[in-house]
Amino acid sequence: RRGAAPGSVMESADGAMRTLPSIGRLSRGPPFGRAQGRLGVSLSGRLLPPAPYSQGKPDPQRTALLLGKQWILYSVTPLYRFSNAHLRDYARLLSAFIAAEKQKGLAVEIGVELDIKVVVSSLPDLKGSDQDHAAILVQLSSRSPASLKNSDEKLIWSGWFCCVSGDDLSETVTEDFTCLPLFLVNGAESYTSIVGSWFQKTFDCSFRRLAISPLNLSWMAAMWTGCKVDKTASPVELIFSVPCLPQPLDISYAIHAEDAKALWDTVQKTPGEVTQEEVDIFMDCLYSHFHRHFKIHLSATKLVKVSTAIASAHCDGIIKFLQSQYLTGVLMLLTELAISQIQ
Amino acid sequence: MHRRHSSKTQKQPLQVNCKNQTNLSAWQKGGRIDLKQSVQDHPSPNENDSKQGSLEQALSYFEKIQDRVSLKKNSVLQKHLTTVESIALERGLPPEGFDVLLNVALSGKLADTVNTRLLKSLIPASVIPENSVVSSVSWLCVSKCSGNIQQLFLRWLITVFDFIDHKEQLHALYGIFFSFLQDEKLCPYVCHVLYLLTRKENVKPFRVRRLLDLQAKMGMQSHLQALLSLYKLFCPELVTITLPGKMKTYFKNSEGPWKAAINTVRRRNQENSVVSQPMFLGTAQPQSRKRKWNTQLIIPASSTNKIHLEEDREKNHVDLYSTNESFPVEQLQTFSHLLENIHRLEFPSQMGSVLTNPLLLHYMNCVKDESIYLRLHYWMGQTLQEECIWCVADNNKYEEEFKDFLETIYKTECFLQEGFSSCEEFLYKSLLLWDGFCCRSQILRLVSWIPLSSFPEMKSHLYDPLAQLFFTSSLYFKCSVLESLKELLQNWLNWHMVHLDPESDSEVHSLNTTLSGLVNTVAELIHFVGWLSTVALRLENNPTFLLYFILDFYETVCDMYLRYNLPLLIMPPAGVFYPVLLSMDSVSLNQLCYIMYRYRTNLVAAKENELNKKKIRQFKFSSQTYQEYNQYITAMVGCLWTSSAFQKDTHPQGLRMDDELLKKTAVQEYKTSFNIVYHPAMMGYAVLFLQQAWPDDTTFNFSLIKGKKWNSYLEYLYAQGLKGLKVFIESSINRVSQASHSKAQNVQV
Repeated sequence: RRGAAPGSVMESADGAMRTLPSIGRLSRGPPFGRAQGRLGVSLSGRLLPPAPYSQGKPDPQRTALLLGKQWILYSVTPLYRFSNAHLRDYARLLSAFIAAEKQKGLAVEIGVELDIKVVVSSLPDLKGSDQDHAAILVQLSSRSPASLKNSDEKLIWSGWFCCVSGDDLSETVTEDFTCLPLFLVNGAESYTSIVGSWFQKTFDCSFRRLAISPLNLSWMAAMWTGCKVDKTASPVELIFSVPCLPQPLDISYAIHAEDAKALWDTVQKTPGEVTQEEVDIFMDCLYSHFHRHFKIHLSATKLVKVSTAIASAHCDGIIKFLQSQYLTGVLMLLTELAISQIQ
Repeated sequence: MHRRHSSKTQKQPLQVNCKNQTNLSAWQKGGRIDLKQSVQDHPSPNENDSKQGSLEQALSYFEKIQDRVSLKKNSVLQKHLTTVESIALERGLPPEGFDVLLNVALSGKLADTVNTRLLKSLIPASVIPENSVVSSVSWLCVSKCSGNIQQLFLRWLITVFDFIDHKEQLHALYGIFFSFLQDEKLCPYVCHVLYLLTRKENVKPFRVRRLLDLQAKMGMQSHLQALLSLYKLFCPELVTITLPGKMKTYFKNSEGPWKAAINTVRRRNQENSVVSQPMFLGTAQPQSRKRKWNTQLIIPASSTNKIHLEEDREKNHVDLYSTNESFPVEQLQTFSHLLENIHRLEFPSQMGSVLTNPLLLHYMNCVKDESIYLRLHYWMGQTLQEECIWCVADNNKYEEEFKDFLETIYKTECFLQEGFSSCEEFLYKSLLLWDGFCCRSQILRLVSWIPLSSFPEMKSHLYDPLAQLFFTSSLYFKCSVLESLKELLQNWLNWHMVHLDPESDSEVHSLNTTLSGLVNTVAELIHFVGWLSTVALRLENNPTFLLYFILDFYETVCDMYLRYNLPLLIMPPAGVFYPVLLSMDSVSLNQLCYIMYRYRTNLVAAKENELNKKKIRQFKFSSQTYQEYNQYITAMVGCLWTSSAFQKDTHPQGLRMDDELLKKTAVQEYKTSFNIVYHPAMMGYAVLFLQQAWPDDTTFNFSLIKGKKWNSYLEYLYAQGLKGLKVFIESSINRVSQASHSKAQNVQV
């Protein structure tokens, strides 16, 4: 069979509204299970990357701009003939493309100063393994028409492609391809659409919004609860939405970080590894506690958002990173989700 | 520039249109030629000789004009002008005429009305010599003629561009044409000429800048947009432009007053060789609705987007086989383009666009590059999942688009004779959720292109969901499913045939599929269809319509050994065989006869191969297949010939019945109830035969059909088109005596 990604896995985030449900061709389990074999073991665990990441911490200054912002998630198929050597050229072409798109019908010379400046740069430390391609950051800033000095630039949009431990994908493609399956965006949709179409046209890739299923949100809740944070941590907050009501009704469930961690510590058997069973037990404990007080079965509702001191994630595919030391860990999980949407 | 002036000063009258014009010295020499001789090259009927003569006179008159002549006062000029016009409109002008007429029209010697009339009559009979155009351009440079004439000349040049015999020297004048851009009135026409002339090497940064300056001065002009888009096409690293979606024409009035006349002349002269150059800018697709930017359902237009960055160029120098000049896919319009440029063709920036471009599909078939399939795989996989209307909420309104998309994929698969793995995956994922209604024909057609592989989960992902829908849906759906599974089987068998080629045998193994794996997969499909058919026949009460589709499937199955060289034969299950054997219509019975005949031929061939041991065969048909065949054949012969179906049938699900039981049915002569006369499917023929043979007998005495009449009844049946019955009887029934039918025996294999 030509063209088949040999290790392609039939699987998707279960339960998410816009994605296909999982079917048992390859049993689901946490996607990590695939690393052990195509047919996946349903209860294999996820490994938590050690907090100070072994690859060397990403430069805090460079990653600072990734923290505290809301990022919209996309999955991206492998980029064809992308090269790190041409980042400056890409910036020139993209900037001209943006200008041409904004003034449809008027040609734009490439390489001249334009209203919108584009910088394409590499974030070399932001990766999980040696096979991973370094993350690529795209920043658009507007120059004020009065003076074209650099100091007057204002960042208006940023997006970055990254891959943390994406071996499952990179092993299936030829060397013409660059695997950066996760794309995160902060800024106006209109720019996302221009930048995205440019990448689609130039590197023959496809973008899809990456929703996070309730199952994966519960994984995040459990994994992030177990992480150590230095300062007094903000509470773990879970937001549930009640289906089939004429009016939307959301239930917010906040737990003190220490309490949640204490619960999780009793559930987790092997430190550094998490299994589906443990996640289920953890959530069930929270549900039964809630039921005891409010007589509401949260298991009948849909988990839509998880916020912890590490990060917060919304089922629509929106994420906010709060701790730079856990950045790669969170990205690893998201990379996994993105890959499972592509394959 | 020097040579142009020299040619002008030489005042050479008429130049030959020599074939090897690329030689510059030959062109410079020019050389006088005898007009008559050249005219003879274009043989014309005798009655036209006088016309030809007057044209010659006219041409030599125009050639000799020195000073300004007034049209009104000069009847000679009037006469010659009319001659030129009438001949041009009627037959077109010979190649030699253009130099003379262009020279005089652009030199400003005559009044503009004359010049206009001369230019308007420049209709080519065959070709236009390039040097006449080159010298005209030099006239433009000295601007002896008025702006209107210059404009008219350019419009003429655009219209007749494809009639110019060579274009090398014209290309050398690119810079001259480019300089004409500054003339505001000429600009649109110059843009069009440049559009026709531009090659990659003409696109230079200073020209881009000049065009951008013009754009800044004149604003959005469609002719500038067209030229700039072409520049972008050749050099995306220099300039970029996004064309507004509505644009339809880039050059207005480009046809001028000549087009109709040219067509008339061409039709007259039966000249079809020159095809006008098509526009290839129409890349903007009409987008019916506003959708998300990453909507993938819109198949991208084929467009080059190769950015020639420095390193890439250096790399190319090393590679001997790749030339620096790649051929833009936008210009790929005909099959001959493809053949001429196949060595320097590159796939478009977005592989998805090949789906709508048959030429690129041809190219794809020739190129063995894993990355093209991988690119297509990702794009198609994402698009199918994202746009699937029953898997993704809110997609319902795009049903038509999705249908078209599936249709396009199916057509591409047919074209490539190969299924896409992304499409296969999509089917496995989405069939479970499919209602069996939406996009039915598209989905079922795509099923027929699922690649042959020993994929173990085929059952749970294809057969189970299909069966579930099959049993709960209408008769028509059942028939469609059976048809698509038949196509699937045929596609697999064809694939097997192609890859069975002993030389490519290793390829089969490299695809992780062994022959036994393939045989098992095919067998699984056939058993699945057998099971579906059995249940469907019971559910639907054996309608002929359904039988037709089932038997159609088995027509492929019974011939797999001989036609497709697959060491596998599977008999239909009893639940299919007996309902057909006892069916009420002759079409099904006839089809069954044919199928059994082919089974026999295949089994005999297999047995011979086995006995002769010509080939060492890994695979032998099990004795069970032979046994099953023999049971069926016994039942059939008993049913159609020996009237012994109830006695001889040995199949456990067969017709065998005790005499006691038969007596209880109270049917008289039950013993003869089944043969070609009494079989319910044949009785109609028997009646007609009786009426024909004994027109006066109205008793319908079927027992009259025996002996010689039996034979003529057989002939009668064969003549009615029961060819399957014929081959069956001739092959499977050993008629001991031609006179006696009762002793006939079936032959067992």
